[in-house]
Amino acid sequence: MHPDVLVIGGGNAALCAALMAAEAGARVTLLEAAPREWRGGNSGHTRNLRCMHDAPQDVLVDAYPEEEFWQDLLKVTGGITNEHLARLTIRASSTCRDWMRKHGVHFQPPLSGALHVARTNAFFMGGGKALVNAYYRSAEKLGVQIRYEAKVERIEVEDGRFVAAHVHTPEGSERLTANACVLAAGGFESNRDWLREAWGQNERGEWPAENFLIRGTQFNQGTLLKHLLEDHRADRIGDPTQAHMVAIDARAPLYDGGICTRIDCVSLGVVVNRDGQRFYDEGEDFWPKRYAIWGRLVAQQPGQIAYSIIDSKAVGRFMPPVFPGVQANTMPELAQKLGLPAETFMQTLENYNAACREGTFDHTTLDDCHTEGVSPAKTHWARPIDTGPFYGYAVRPGVTFTYLGLKTDDTAAVRFGDVPSANLFVAGEMMAGNVLGKGYTAGVGMSIGTAFGRIAGTNAAKAAKTTMEAQHAAA
Amino acid sequence: MQQLEALTREAKALANGELTAPETEVARQLQICNACRYCEGFCAMFPAMTRRLEFGKADIHFLANLCHNCGACLHACQYAPPHEFAVNVPQAMATVRGQTYADYAWPAALGRLYQRNGLTLSVALAAGLALFIWLASDKTGNAKDFYAIFPHNFLVSLFAPVFLFAVLALALGVQRFWQDIGPVTTGAPVTPPAAAEATHDVLRLKYLDGGHGEGCNNEDDAFTLSRRRAHHLTFYGFMLCFAATSVGTLYHYAFGWTAPYALPSLPKLLGVVGGVMLCMGTLGLFRLKLQRHPQHGDAAQKPMDYGFIGLLFLVSASGLALWLLRGHPQMPTALALHLGSVMALFATLPYNKFAHGIFRTAALLRHAVEKRQPNRLGLGAD
Repeated sequence: MHPDVLVIGGGNAALCAALMAAEAGARVTLLEAAPREWRGGNSGHTRNLRCMHDAPQDVLVDAYPEEEFWQDLLKVTGGITNEHLARLTIRASSTCRDWMRKHGVHFQPPLSGALHVARTNAFFMGGGKALVNAYYRSAEKLGVQIRYEAKVERIEVEDGRFVAAHVHTPEGSERLTANACVLAAGGFESNRDWLREAWGQNERGEWPAENFLIRGTQFNQGTLLKHLLEDHRADRIGDPTQAHMVAIDARAPLYDGGICTRIDCVSLGVVVNRDGQRFYDEGEDFWPKRYAIWGRLVAQQPGQIAYSIIDSKAVGRFMPPVFPGVQANTMPELAQKLGLPAETFMQTLENYNAACREGTFDHTTLDDCHTEGVSPAKTHWARPIDTGPFYGYAVRPGVTFTYLGLKTDDTAAVRFGDVPSANLFVAGEMMAGNVLGKGYTAGVGMSIGTAFGRIAGTNAAKAAKTTMEAQHAAA
Repeated sequence: MQQLEALTREAKALANGELTAPETEVARQLQICNACRYCEGFCAMFPAMTRRLEFGKADIHFLANLCHNCGACLHACQYAPPHEFAVNVPQAMATVRGQTYADYAWPAALGRLYQRNGLTLSVALAAGLALFIWLASDKTGNAKDFYAIFPHNFLVSLFAPVFLFAVLALALGVQRFWQDIGPVTTGAPVTPPAAAEATHDVLRLKYLDGGHGEGCNNEDDAFTLSRRRAHHLTFYGFMLCFAATSVGTLYHYAFGWTAPYALPSLPKLLGVVGGVMLCMGTLGLFRLKLQRHPQHGDAAQKPMDYGFIGLLFLVSASGLALWLLRGHPQMPTALALHLGSVMALFATLPYNKFAHGIFRTAALLRHAVEKRQPNRLGLGAD
């Protein structure tokens, strides 16, 4: 059946678009590339939504005004953002939650280990997969046709207008026409060949991306993104090496390791590279403000690996890691167990320990424990690593999602030669790079996906209606 | 042979306080959950988990009995099968829970009645029915008066010892459980606010509300209050029936008012309302269990669950039939059926699904105590 609106993708942004279009009265078909049990893309791994609010709102305490949100975004992106679209996202985040609740999403106050974001982020009860489940149930109730294992490899575009999508399913291939289309099929982070090519070869002759792990879905192959950029010459945004990247446990699975593979003890100890040397200030700022830079830092190290080292004083002060750390009673033993050059490693640790100027340790404030005369410095929470047993965690870069995408505007339209398409829209990771040129701040991916998913859905329903009216008038 | 080796290994593990295979699986999964914590809002189990970094045997027994098998965390889990982490907390917990009923049963030897619980209940029911059919076989009493068939004192002499033994066995079993989980839940004594909270959580079945009030899961990821309601009907129906019997006993001994009682009387009202509720509740639970998502809970325990639901249904339905058949020539048959099923229920109370209520109440009470104590962990960051 010829739908009014075709939504390509099956995560948060796609579902928001499908729900808005269906609410506007459009007949909607949603194509999810993954099988049902893997549906939802990276949204299944998310946890919260960064929300602007001028006064306390149910689960959100105090206020998080537009300007502060904007400044946070400006800081993490280093200015590589589009202020108009960023502010649009920010404002939308203050009004979308009632709509989300209507479609079955439950919010909860943040509990253990996440209290510091009670002001800025609204947590989904049960996390992102519960949200995705709720949206699918609501979409089914609204009559959205949902097809799983439906991969779109190319679309037909004529004079900037969407005409049809070519869909491959286990049953075969078909050409599916629609009056309007929303692209919300994710970034290209799961496509390891593309990552390898994007990161290229470094000065050591390594292909860094070969050592990356993917924190999310294996289904974000970027097929449509590449097709749009290369075959249709859609306007592009972003640098293909920029992504949400976290340092995660090196033992994490290649895909879908999600939240639990993070290593949260960086600021409580030191981090050394393969050569046994420190390379960055572990105590620069609160960990939630710094975790998203460490993926990139590790990516720049030889072998794209690093080792987070703590002693027993840190145990019980950070979120428990999913895999047990490598444990040793002495530092040389730890070096040996981790396969690090013992001499350099011991030198690094001795230098660091000697440089620690211990004040009053307080992990909940930017305390006065710091180093003097060692480079790089550790500016907070610097305490000698001297109390065994000692623990080490090998970490690798974990890519959450890539920022290369399609350039868009406040209508969520895909643009060709700087002209917005009348009936082709984009949302989610495929356009997040418009707002996030680099860096990340917790929960903003869902803010972008929700804001632009809803805009894209609304505008796709409108465009479909206009097309139908034009067809009727012509007939 | 392999099975024997496995059994020997388990027995050794048990003796040494080491983890059994199901307990090891719970510990493995909780290590993943503790690093994720997305499910903290659903129930009491996850907040209790976050107070721990390691999971010993007693912790696992405590947490397994806190879990209500609501299913919410399975459907919300990013690590649920087919993910290679294969996290299915409700299932892992249910398996250990079943093991704790058997391990803590008193006397210990009778704990093995849990291993083939469907058979246990069937044999108990057959024996109960046989007993009362046999006892009734040579009686040709008045079809209006069941004390003409079985004198009151005779029934008391049969039921009282069985019932009192059941109470004793359950008490001793849960006492041992309490002693094990006490030290790992801060060891602090029960305070009135903790007791009040646990009572509330038990009587309202708080943790079948999904944490958001829309209920728990049954056949899929949608939330439903039907499980909670069916359980309420069953529980409160059972309690009303029990109250009816208690009031009847009081009438008999304290006031000399003997049964049968007319409809507006208190025992009759309680019994009829309770019986109807218990019938509806058990039918509801049966239907819901048939539709239950296959990954919920431990499939090996289904005979125990169905057997218990079936037995409760038989008790309530035969009780109502007894009332409706008053004066009918078939009354003695209904009476034998009712008394036989009640006897089977009482005799197996410490060795059937009934134990779940006792153990979960104990776990909820320890949780209410523990959560009021300061957390020794100071996890700084998200």
